[in-house]
Amino acid sequence: MHNILVKVCMGTGGIAAGGDEVLAAFNKEIAEAGITASVEKKCSTHQVGCRGLCAKDVLVDVIINDRKVTYQHVRPEMVSRIVKEHILENVPVAELVAGDDYHNFHDKQFKVVLSDCGSIDPEDIDAYIAVEGYTSAQKVLGSMSPEETTDLIKRSGLRGRGGAGFPTGTKWEIAGKQVSDRKYIICNADEGDPGAFMDRSVIEGNPHAVIEGMIIGAYAIGAYKGYVYIRAEYPLAVERLRKALDDARRRNFLGKSIMGSGFDFDILVKLGAGAFVCGEETALIASIEGQRGMPRAKPPFPVYQGLWGKPTVINNVETLANVSYIVRKGAEWFASFGTEKSKGTKVFALTGKIKNSGLIEVPMGIPLRQIIYDIGGGIEGDRQFKAVQTGGPSGGCIPADLLDTPVDFESLAKVGSIVGSGGMVVLDETDCMVNIAKFFLEFTRGESCGKCVPCRIGTKRLLEILERITKGEGRPGDIELLENMSVDIKMASLCGLGQTAPNPVLSTIKYFRHEYEAHINDKKCPAGVCRDLLTYMVLPDACKGCGACLRACPAKAITGEKKKPHAIDPSVCIKCGACFDVCKFKAVKKE
Amino acid sequence: MVTLKINNIEAVVPEGTTVLEAARKAGIYIPALCQHPKLTPFGGCRLCLVEIKGMPRPVTSCTTPAAEGMEVATTSPVIERLRRTVLELILSDHPNDCMVCEQAGSCTLQELAYEYGIRENRFEGERRKYARKDGNPFIERDLEKCIMCGRCVKICDEVQGVEAIEFGYRGFDAKICTPFEEDLDCEFCGQCVSVCPTGALTGKLWSKKGRQLGVREVDSTCPYCGTGCMLTYHVKDNEIVRVTSKEDGLNEGLLCVKGRFAYKYVNSPDRLRKPLIKKDGVFVETSWDDALDLIADKLKEVKAEHGPDAIAGLSSARCTNEENYAFQKFIRAAIGTNNVDHCARL
Ligand SMILES: Cc1cc2nc3c(=O)[nH]c(=O)nc-3n(C[C@H](O)[C@H](O)[C@H](O)COP(=O)(O)O)c2cc1C
Ligand code: SF4
Ligand code: SF4
Ligand code: SF4
Ligand code: SF4
Ligand code: SF4
Ligand code: FES
Ligand code: FES
Repeated sequence: MHNILVKVCMGTGGIAAGGDEVLAAFNKEIAEAGITASVEKKCSTHQVGCRGLCAKDVLVDVIINDRKVTYQHVRPEMVSRIVKEHILENVPVAELVAGDDYHNFHDKQFKVVLSDCGSIDPEDIDAYIAVEGYTSAQKVLGSMSPEETTDLIKRSGLRGRGGAGFPTGTKWEIAGKQVSDRKYIICNADEGDPGAFMDRSVIEGNPHAVIEGMIIGAYAIGAYKGYVYIRAEYPLAVERLRKALDDARRRNFLGKSIMGSGFDFDILVKLGAGAFVCGEETALIASIEGQRGMPRAKPPFPVYQGLWGKPTVINNVETLANVSYIVRKGAEWFASFGTEKSKGTKVFALTGKIKNSGLIEVPMGIPLRQIIYDIGGGIEGDRQFKAVQTGGPSGGCIPADLLDTPVDFESLAKVGSIVGSGGMVVLDETDCMVNIAKFFLEFTRGESCGKCVPCRIGTKRLLEILERITKGEGRPGDIELLENMSVDIKMASLCGLGQTAPNPVLSTIKYFRHEYEAHINDKKCPAGVCRDLLTYMVLPDACKGCGACLRACPAKAITGEKKKPHAIDPSVCIKCGACFDVCKFKAVKKE
Repeated sequence: MVTLKINNIEAVVPEGTTVLEAARKAGIYIPALCQHPKLTPFGGCRLCLVEIKGMPRPVTSCTTPAAEGMEVATTSPVIERLRRTVLELILSDHPNDCMVCEQAGSCTLQELAYEYGIRENRFEGERRKYARKDGNPFIERDLEKCIMCGRCVKICDEVQGVEAIEFGYRGFDAKICTPFEEDLDCEFCGQCVSVCPTGALTGKLWSKKGRQLGVREVDSTCPYCGTGCMLTYHVKDNEIVRVTSKEDGLNEGLLCVKGRFAYKYVNSPDRLRKPLIKKDGVFVETSWDDALDLIADKLKEVKAEHGPDAIAGLSSARCTNEENYAFQKFIRAAIGTNNVDHCARL
């Protein structure tokens, strides 16, 4: 008897690449081939969540008797071949099979939070139960006291994955000790960092793990109600989460006397309207309460006075998704990965100029170099690595000579960046660091809530100075002004947004001061990015006079006779770069 | 009670007192733009930053409750630098219109700029510009001067209970907005105007009538109703230029639209200054004695001819309790009827 399983990626990336049609094609082909009806073969197909390498979607696993073959870039028209050759004749279609980079990408990772993501059907509660889902909640509610539960998490060394890295067990312990008629647990799924999609993928790929983590957390602190605060721009995650909650309720994993334990707990979904600042816990609470999402001063911290003034634990999606695995496999198991102070693994969204961009999970303490070269496959186009930006708009960049820095809370802080929520943007020689700082400041300037002066006006002024510099209007003293005001904004701002917004400026100045100086003093952009600082010229010796640039130039800035060197009139040139791109002889130079 | 040290001076304050309040009680000055004693703390202006021993970063004294054994420093080179940066940032997005600003001389922002001697500003750049003027009849909302301290929003919500205005937009574009950004349409109590630390909110009637020079303050009682709010007339050349109210009156500085803005009647040419009696179809000025005699005669006449119940008395909410008491006594005892009522009985 052959056991055949087809798993089609239906994460957001998979669906965008046509996962729906691929799955439908499999169902159709399999039905037509009569496989399900044949006696000696049992075949099932199902959807799975994101497995991290969305660029290769639609990804399809065909598993025959536990032998897994992964196909990449599957389109509906390829399906009949796979069914015929692989499923019927047991010969994998070699040229469609995912290559080495797919396997390298996965082999160097270590998956806890993502261990079931991309392998189970996120919309099927039985699929989660089949991989021991909800056994942790059962164990905790059935045989452990809240204190024992908190103690277990404390011993595991789990720290918050939402940015600050606060020890989760300690947070639960404080909340647990508060005496109150009502307590709350909130799962922070706001995920507003540009380019971050860790939390979305976890909820899309394995929503029950988050729910189970919340049940355990609620029991540990004595919460009767939980909220998942999730951005409305994540429709698929919201849909799967809602379905998972309904299913969990139907099985009594939520509701009155969960699994007969006498413990009551339920979870509500609250949609956020996509404001980065609403990821900040006091703004998030205000938003759930129906107020404008504006942070307030801490103390009092939410564990003392949170939602509706009651003790409230706020945990990140990934933090909570770790919990059921820790309960199942033990605190010591979890604490065996990572470093002295940063235990376990961390999920990152690896993006930018990297060959394999995607979602990865690595043990804490792994050197950056391994992430970028072994997992990420190195720099796109084999260009020169320049820096990696971690922690998104709150983080900083780390230059090439610090590539051996281990990725953990302490080490990244030491080099002027942060782990943050897990954004990791790789930059190469064609990236201008002033421009990168400007990009992040554009974001924070737009996302500042406007409550406090240093952030509201300070980020605007920082951005204006950066804009000036990239336009060639930088002045002597700008770098020092940027540094001074950055320090003041960090110190004087009310919430984490303003307190970290200048980090990209400070860290790019720290490691790439020469690029700032080139912009300001020489009016040059060394990376050739800042358009106002570029000049395009034709190198007469290299120019064959083919006229390609002349035809391509939308501004008619190029003159020249056939077969004679052409020339660009800088007063007419609009610096669009068309000539540079079109010249086959590398005769157009920009600098 | 908790005991803390502020600049090495011991202060004993009730639990729940903020560090800022504790400092003020001890006579120690901390600059502040958004804090207001009537309102819950906001923590937005960041001027009241202080250093507290054991805390990793400066904290706002207006939001931090005093705690036993706390050691607070209200000034230090770092704190002063931060305050200066904050002020420069505010002023870099401000019209700096003091020459022609209604608020000059009683503006907290102006005073702080003066105190910190801010003439040069390290920061420059785009400034918020709002072309559209609010067409409401009473309150000039010059939001380019707004520093987003939130006091107006809070007093309207927490004290007046109206919630006519809220924060709108984000970041640099944040703005105090009315619903749908239409003209302000509210009670026009002017509480927001009274707490605004800048010239962003002023009375429309005040414009160009006089600021400080030659302006006298006259404490008085509002003539409009029996509540008897205490108010202060600002008078120049024997004309009221503005009305405010002091914190220590029974109304604690709060007024209604009439007390605060409806003072033009005082100098109105239409105002009756003497009683008038109609003679041959024309009103003729007369003395109070003559007028009251006439009224008394007429009342007696009616009473004699038709009995007391042909007369009814209706008094006004603008009279005090005592006046209303005397009035009903007069109607019942002197006229002899129970036909007496009051316009506020609705
Ligand atoms: C501006 C800002 C945005 C934030 N956004 C998020 C977010 O999207 N998701 C998140 O989990 N935490 C976010 N945080 C961190 C949260 O405030 C909070 O520390 C975290 O949710 C706590 O959970 P943890 O202890 O499990 O990390 C943000 C913080 C700031 C200051
Ligand atoms: S730091 Fe920025 S986001 Fe935070 S309260 Fe201040 S203005 Fe709002
Ligand atoms: S950069 Fe654009 S505008 Fe300038 S010469 Fe080349 S093609 Fe023409
Ligand atoms: S609000 Fe104050 S600082 Fe601003 S212009 Fe008016 S008086 Fe000057
Ligand atoms: S005038 Fe009174 S009701 Fe109107 S906005 Fe101001 S405080 Fe609110
Ligand atoms: S209008 Fe006045 S009181 Fe209201 S926020 Fe602006 S400055 Fe503050
Ligand atoms: S959605 Fe398919 S791999 Fe990410
Ligand atoms: S007075 Fe404390 S922040 Fe404004």
